[in-house]
Amino acid sequence: MNGFSFWTIWLRNGRVWKKHILATLIGNLGQPLLFLLAMGYGLGRDMAAVEGLTYLQFIAPGLAASAVMYSAALETTYGSYTRLTVQKTYEAILMTPLGVADLVLGEIVWGASKGMLAGVIMLAALPLFGVIPSPWVVALLPVLFLSGMFFSACGLIMTALAKNYDFFNYFTSLVITPLFLFSGIFFPVQTMAPPVRGILEILPLTPIVSLSRILCYGRFGEPILMKIVGSLLATGCAVWLAGYLLRRRLIQ
Amino acid sequence: MLSSAGQFFLREGPSIGYSGAMIQATSQQDSAPVFPASQTVVSVTGLTKRFGGRLAVDNISFAIQRGQCVGFLGPNGAGKTTCINMLLGLVEKSAGEIRIFDLEAPRFHRQIKARIGVVPQADSLDPDLSVEENLRTYAGYFRIPRRLVRARVEELLHFFALHNRRDEIIEHLSGGQRRRLLLARALINEPHLLILDEPTIGLDPQARHLIWERLAILQAQGTTMLLTSHYLEEVSRLSQQVLILDHGQVVVQGEPQQLITDMVGLEVFEVDGTAAELDALAASFKECNATQERVGDKLYVYAREDCSRLVKVLGEAGSWVRRPANLEDLFIQLTGRSLRES
Repeated sequence: MNGFSFWTIWLRNGRVWKKHILATLIGNLGQPLLFLLAMGYGLGRDMAAVEGLTYLQFIAPGLAASAVMYSAALETTYGSYTRLTVQKTYEAILMTPLGVADLVLGEIVWGASKGMLAGVIMLAALPLFGVIPSPWVVALLPVLFLSGMFFSACGLIMTALAKNYDFFNYFTSLVITPLFLFSGIFFPVQTMAPPVRGILEILPLTPIVSLSRILCYGRFGEPILMKIVGSLLATGCAVWLAGYLLRRRLIQ
Repeated sequence: MLSSAGQFFLREGPSIGYSGAMIQATSQQDSAPVFPASQTVVSVTGLTKRFGGRLAVDNISFAIQRGQCVGFLGPNGAGKTTCINMLLGLVEKSAGEIRIFDLEAPRFHRQIKARIGVVPQADSLDPDLSVEENLRTYAGYFRIPRRLVRARVEELLHFFALHNRRDEIIEHLSGGQRRRLLLARALINEPHLLILDEPTIGLDPQARHLIWERLAILQAQGTTMLLTSHYLEEVSRLSQQVLILDHGQVVVQGEPQQLITDMVGLEVFEVDGTAAELDALAASFKECNATQERVGDKLYVYAREDCSRLVKVLGEAGSWVRRPANLEDLFIQLTGRSLRES
């Protein structure tokens, strides 16, 4: 690794992405926006307030966080696996002065950037649903980027282990979908029974969803330091493991 | 058509030519090649790679001198690609020493790879990007300053006759155009060593000849090359030195024509016929200094001297050809006729 060499890989991915910009945006944003419409507007109209928010207000920040997760994780599974196998992009890159560390960092930062873009577009769309974020929402952007780093790294770990595309079904069905449903996007985790609450709170998306809600509305009720430190540590470990496994796969 | 490209590539290599034996290769332990440092581009000593229990590369030593094209030959699974991948750091060596540009590999790989160009066996172009974008993107990996990239891309597009397809997406290119683009991409950093892994695989003769022509120009300008190919005609045309690998070891190395004359002979008679006819001919050919080989209902006679006097004997046989001995004869003689399927 050499300083910011990984940036050239980011630029390469950006160049390709520009050609398919519409398809990827619709692919990444369709689901969270439809959920916001169906659950928030459709179901939420007849529901009581949750933690002092309308149901639509309650789920909106978490759905933005989920958009980051989906976009980042899909980029470094299906996208990265295509570059690794079908297109042999990694092989081509490793014949240049760039090394595996540059490659891993470039892919993860790229996935995080794409994830953050999806999150930002979701947040920008909230006023259409009558949800007006507080100025604190600016502080949410680095949190979403960090979450994007984490899920990009997880995706890249899967890519390093994958034998074919079907392998990613395990990842989406057993990791991503449960996280989407049980990380406190749709119901408050705090009010669950203690053992269940304990389990849900250590899921990697849970602190991000809480932070999204706190920063989106500027309502600082619960401590945030532990959530940030925990997410940083988890991201650091995931990035390291992705680098270790991809190196093992690429260098025999 | 190539005037501007010609100037560009003229500054590529050394200004002096070389001749004679420029490569030394052995499979033995103790014979490290000794050359003046500045002329040795690649120096490999005792290189070994074990995959689990299998020895893919077994104690190989060789050197490549500046301005030379060295052909790596060998059946499938002989260890050619593993050897190249070790030079590039894509495979970790189990033992041995690699020095490229007088730098130790893999320790200085970043510096080494900045000065190498590689044409990989498998197409690794970015299919979503255009011809020109592929070159620009690759230049980015080498962090070539933007103002230089523009000029180099233009020169390479013209040199490889791709300037009319610059905005074409890779999917719409023919096999030959893709290969030319891979070559152009490999030259984007003005490499001091060009590694060509099967550069014309799967191409039609026209496309292949165009690439040979361009490689010959590069060679005339002194570019050092390492070439692997199953097309032995390609190797004969381009390489001054060959290194034949089998089962991970160097079987023979040297100047190709010399090796052919020494190990195969001057010319070859290939004769078709019934077993009885061939038996009779085989007996007549004993009068001449030649080795013989029977494969099915075919007789090969490798003549080590002028056997013209036997042509009238052959005239009575069914069908026969008389041709100069070539690299393929040498290759078959050294590595056998049995199929190698991995």
